[in-house]
Order: sequence, then C-alpha cells, then structure tokens
Amino acid sequence: MMNHKRLTLFAGHYGSGKTNIALNYALWLRGQGLPVTVADLDIVNPYFRTKDGEIQLKQAGIRLISSEYANSNVDLPALPGEAYSLVDDRSVCGVIDVGGDDRGALALGRYVPQIREEGDYEMLFVLNKARPLTRTVEDALEVFYEIEAACALPFTAIVNNTNLGPLTRPEDVIAGARFAEEVGARTGLPVKMNCAMRKLGAALQDTVSNYFPIDILQLYYMEKEGTSLGKINL
Amino acid sequence: MKETVLMKGNEAIAEAAILAGCRHYFGYPITPQTEVAAYMAKKMPKIGGTFLQAESEIAAINMVYGVASTGHPAMTSSSSPGISLKAEGISYLAGADLPALIVNVQRGGPGLGGIQPSQSDYFFTTRGPGHGDFHVLVFAPSSVQEMADLTGRALHLAWKYRMPAMLLADGTMGQMMEPVTLPDACNAFGDDNPWAATGTEMKRPHNIITSLDLSPENLEKQNFERFERYKKIEETECLWEEYLLDDADICIVACGITARVSRNAIVEARKQGLKVGMLRPITLWPFPKKALAAAAEHVGAFLCVEMNMGQMKEDVELAIRCKKPVALCSRVGGMIPTPDEVLEHIRKIAEGGDNA
Repeated sequence: MMNHKRLTLFAGHYGSGKTNIALNYALWLRGQGLPVTVADLDIVNPYFRTKDGEIQLKQAGIRLISSEYANSNVDLPALPGEAYSLVDDRSVCGVIDVGGDDRGALALGRYVPQIREEGDYEMLFVLNKARPLTRTVEDALEVFYEIEAACALPFTAIVNNTNLGPLTRPEDVIAGARFAEEVGARTGLPVKMNCAMRKLGAALQDTVSNYFPIDILQLYYMEKEGTSLGKINL
Repeated sequence: MKETVLMKGNEAIAEAAILAGCRHYFGYPITPQTEVAAYMAKKMPKIGGTFLQAESEIAAINMVYGVASTGHPAMTSSSSPGISLKAEGISYLAGADLPALIVNVQRGGPGLGGIQPSQSDYFFTTRGPGHGDFHVLVFAPSSVQEMADLTGRALHLAWKYRMPAMLLADGTMGQMMEPVTLPDACNAFGDDNPWAATGTEMKRPHNIITSLDLSPENLEKQNFERFERYKKIEETECLWEEYLLDDADICIVACGITARVSRNAIVEARKQGLKVGMLRPITLWPFPKKALAAAAEHVGAFLCVEMNMGQMKEDVELAIRCKKPVALCSRVGGMIPTPDEVLEHIRKIAEGGDNA
C-alpha cells in the first residue's frame, strides 16, 4: 500500500493530467475511510476543471473547494477564500490541484509558508512523456525548475502519467515509467506512482512499480469509445 | 512512422503552423485561444521565428499584413471579440490579395459575451469578415487532429489563392486534448513570390501592395477577377464528411463540437431503428452545397445542430433550395447541446412533428 501525507499537491506541465489524477487520488484516499478535501487552485485553465468531477466527489463524501467562477462565463483567475481552510484545518487530508506550468504554480505561493511549517506534504511533479513540450529529460527539467521557482515549494516525487488518451498502449506507460526514472535520477527524487487508465491494469500492474489506476471523467460531448469517422472527400 | 503526441487543440494549431513553414506569429491573449500564443512564445524563439505580442488585435493583424506583403507566411489568432477588431485588417488583406492565416477559437457572444464555447461567428466569417466584397477560406475542425491538418491546409490554400484563410474552431476544440499525429515539416511557400515587395534591385517595376485603387474601372476589374478565383475555389476546394448517410431518412448537418455530439445521438438513434446520418461541412466557405443538394434527393428532412441561433441552417436551406424541411437544435451563450437533446429533435422529425 502506497504511503500518503496529509497534503498532496499535484503540479506539472499544463495538460499533463493533474486534474484527473487529483480526482482519482482523492477518491483513493477516501476509499481508506479518510476525510478528504480537494482544492482547485488552477488559475490558468478556462475549461475542463476539477469542478467537472463535482458530482462524483460529492457522492463519495469529498469536499471540493473551487473558485465560484470555475466553468463560468468570466475569465477571472481568482482563488477561493476557503482554500486557506486546507492549510489551517489539519484534521483532513488535502489534495491540491495546482494550475499548469510556472504560471499556474505561482498561485500556490501564498500557502507555501504554512505548508512548509507543517511539513506533512508531498509535492508531486506530474509528467506525461507524450506531451510535446516535455518529451525530453531536458525539457521536462526546464518545466520542473520553473515551477519550483514560481511557487517556492520543492518537489518531493515524480508521477508518471504518460498517456495518449484513448490510444494509450501499455508500452507507452512503460516508456513513460523509464522516462520518469530518468527525471527522478537527475533530480534525486523517487517515482511515486505510474498512472494509467484502469483498463490497462492487467498489462501493467506487474510490469511497472506502484501502478495507480485512473478512471477518466466522461464528458457528454465527446464520442463514446469505438465511434468512427465517416467518408471525407479528400 | 510518424510520432503521435497528446495535444490541446490550440497547441496543435501552433505546432502545425510551424511545421507548415510559418515563422511569424502576432497575437494578443484572449480566452479560449491563449494557448496558441503561449505555445508560439515558447517555440518561436527556439527556431528562429518571430513571436510578438502586439499592443492590440488591430496591431497584430496589420503586422500580419506587413509580413505577408514580403511574401512570407504569417498568422494571428484570437477569439470572437478579438476577431471583430481584426475585421478591418482582414478586409485590407483581401483587398490587397495577400495570403494569411487567421484563427478564431469562438466564444459566446455578442459583445464581450463569455469564455465558454460557441459557433456564433458563422455568419460573420462565411460572409467575409469585414467590409467590401470578399470571402475568406473557412475551415471548421472537429478534432484536435483536424486542428493540425486543417491549419496546414489553410496556410497552403491561402498561399495558392492569395487570400486570407480562417480556421473557425469552437472553444471546445481549442481546449480539448486528444492524440494527434503531426504532419511532416515542409515549406511549400517558396522563396520566389513574384508579387511580393522584396526590393526590385532596379531590375523590375515596383510591386505595389495595396487595396486602394484610384480608378473605379480598375477596382471593378479587380473585384471581378477576385470572384472568378472564388468561383474556381467553390468548385474545387469544398470539404465535407458523410457519416452513415447512404440509407438515412434524416440528415444532421453540424460542424465542430456539435458534430461530435451529433455522432453520439446518431449511434443511439440507429439503435432505436431510426435511420439518421450526418453531413459535416469541413469547409464553411466554400460551403458543400452540391453534396447537400445531392443528399436532399434521398433524405426526408435535415436537422442542423448548432451553437448559434441557426446561422448555418440558412445556408443549408439555400443549398437544398428549400426542397426538404430543415429543423434546428441549438444552444447558445456557451452551452453545448447534449446527445439527448439532439435525439429528441430526431424523434420529433421522425414522428412528423418538427418540420420547422
């Protein structure tokens, strides 16, 4: 069984999958009977927010702290005032979804003094090797250090979330696991988990260490799996 | 084998433009297209290109005009309100017969509207976004893969026909992430553009790039010539997809994200024994009129699924000469119709109750 700290922060390149992992991680913690709160500190993304998973979280008894402007029609990079309760109230497990890149991580800075003072946290660098701007170790390290500089909270571990959406094959995840190890070797950090869609579990749970299954939120306007295109007159 | 990566629609536009040989980007941030600019800002300096955040949308489109005048591919991107600001510049590009790529990742309007997705710039774009008699090539991608593919195509056709091209995406297309296989790098623009203002070296007459003409006779001639070109484009450059259309009684017409919602509704309708198909316009100008007219010969009714108040519906009615009824399923203001809503309209048509 994987260890956890009171606060778990997911940061990384934008589009690396932080929100999906944060939701799944919160549900995993809750599954162990722990009181869990999720905070959406994303001030960058206008669509596809933690708020999309609001119903699932509520059903599981997880509190969601999110900007009242998330998924609304205004573009206001506002942080919810309630977010302070996550660093103040040490009786709950907090999962923090940090915005992408250094620009997103900047907003985390205001909570960092308290997080450091308490000292019971994990700051995770989410990495997807299939994202075009983090395909090499050098590029990934660039994002890694930019984020650390922006929020002044050093990472404590790497999370491999290498995926190509519905096209993900087990070998992509395995290649991503090796990639995460390389980034870990350069930064002196362990790889905390290797994430992949639950349906790949059979192929991965004995192949990669700390396999963590991910359930993906289905949005109604995306085609169901297996839908094909028609004829295009090219 | 080509590599597949996971990209946001907006990033795919930026990368595809670079791969197509575009090295000059001018823009101004606005949700939901800002990632185009953000990607260009990161990438252009590394490959010797130009990324410039202009002081306004108006400045950006005129910088595009400047680069295009020298025979180099250039682009700008924005979202609905920003495109309104660019309209003057787009008209000048059309009047000067200059190629350029303009990206519009649409949000809800009118006015400042909101940041959620929309398709309500359909009229504005397909009728020529600016003053005067002109068209721009209009492409409506429906996946991140098409965001990439159509960006390259738009740039090349803009060049081929010396006219502005617009990628008209909805906000969802810009923000969603999907696997995309990127095209190979190429540069089909060439260095020898006989019309470009690159210096005469005292060997040829000046190339004058302008939309101004002092003689009404000449200006008329230019308009006629331009529309001859448009006629040729309408004959050769239409793109569309036909989905389960051969045996369909009802034909859905939708583009962008609403085509994807419709696909889910069609699969469900077929399970219920309703013969529904779709004709998805990929170019909105030129509009696939002939394909729609052909469909009107064998389907009983059309259903437009749009995120506007029924703008494309008018083009469908024109294309089929009102031969068959055309119904409308629409949501606006940043809302996306659900497959159930589309299915409800399908059922009504099947029962003879929604003949608009």
